[in-house]
Amino acid sequence: MTESLLDAIDRALIVATQGGLPLVARPYEAVGAQIGISGDEAMRRLQSMLASGIIRRIGAVPNHYAIGWTANGMTVWDVADERIDELGVRVGALDFVTHCYRRPRALPDWPYNLFAMVHGSSRDEVGDKAKQIAELLGSDCRASDILYSTRILKKAGLRI
Amino acid sequence: MPELDAVDRQIIAKMQGDFPLCERPYAAAAAALGIAENDLLARLQRLLDNRVLTRFGPMVQVERMGGAFVLAALAVPEARYDEVAAKVNALPQVAHNYRREHALNMWFVLATETPAGIAEAIDRIELDTSLRVYAFPKEREYFVEMKLAVRQ
Repeated sequence: MTESLLDAIDRALIVATQGGLPLVARPYEAVGAQIGISGDEAMRRLQSMLASGIIRRIGAVPNHYAIGWTANGMTVWDVADERIDELGVRVGALDFVTHCYRRPRALPDWPYNLFAMVHGSSRDEVGDKAKQIAELLGSDCRASDILYSTRILKKAGLRI
Repeated sequence: MPELDAVDRQIIAKMQGDFPLCERPYAAAAAALGIAENDLLARLQRLLDNRVLTRFGPMVQVERMGGAFVLAALAVPEARYDEVAAKVNALPQVAHNYRREHALNMWFVLATETPAGIAEAIDRIELDTSLRVYAFPKEREYFVEMKLAVRQ
């Protein structure tokens, strides 16, 4: 039997906060009261979920369009399999890349296996940053594209 | 772009993580910004109402709790775009969804509490839309740090 990684109270705490932390002076006490635990216990459990990585962080999630990052490009690259892990780490280390992953190709429609998100105030800026990635990848990259987002259709975050 | 003053910008720059775990965390965060607790609460409410912030609270990594998180895409015929967007967005498993310029023109993230939930959500979308879902589960994560300050 596999044991759940979360107990029922941790799960209830995630459900109670996934829409946001209450904007009241004592938010942990308020959330705790909703699920029948004290504010101290709510804090202790949140701390422990932060330590284990179940919670990445607690804070504000900006809408990047609204704060001036109006050009948002998902840059995608077809990188030689034997080189991708070494190069992926280096692309991820570029200071303007916010997410960088290896993902499977979907041939023949989709030849790309390296995904790096790049943001800017204009497409020219994103294009210049993509050029830096292209230079880093050099001849290990066979093809690439930039998929700009043109509309946020949904941005709710996780709901369990 | 909504009007943001210097304090709003500070809030966005400094409050994307490390929110204190103490009895009155907004008071502690407000003190660090040099403003009153009530002012911070009012500003956060306004930033959320204006949709400058989409959320304020804990961000969960669903994989660490035994779940799964998968990027997926659809090639949606233009004439059906709004109808398909409504069907995809209706699923609670869809955490976010973006229109992008490409033949694959709808890109969304599925987040589910169990790995099996991903396959169920994909089946549901394929059934509801009659379109093929392209799934791009991550094989390696090289870097993630989504903290953008307000652009000047």
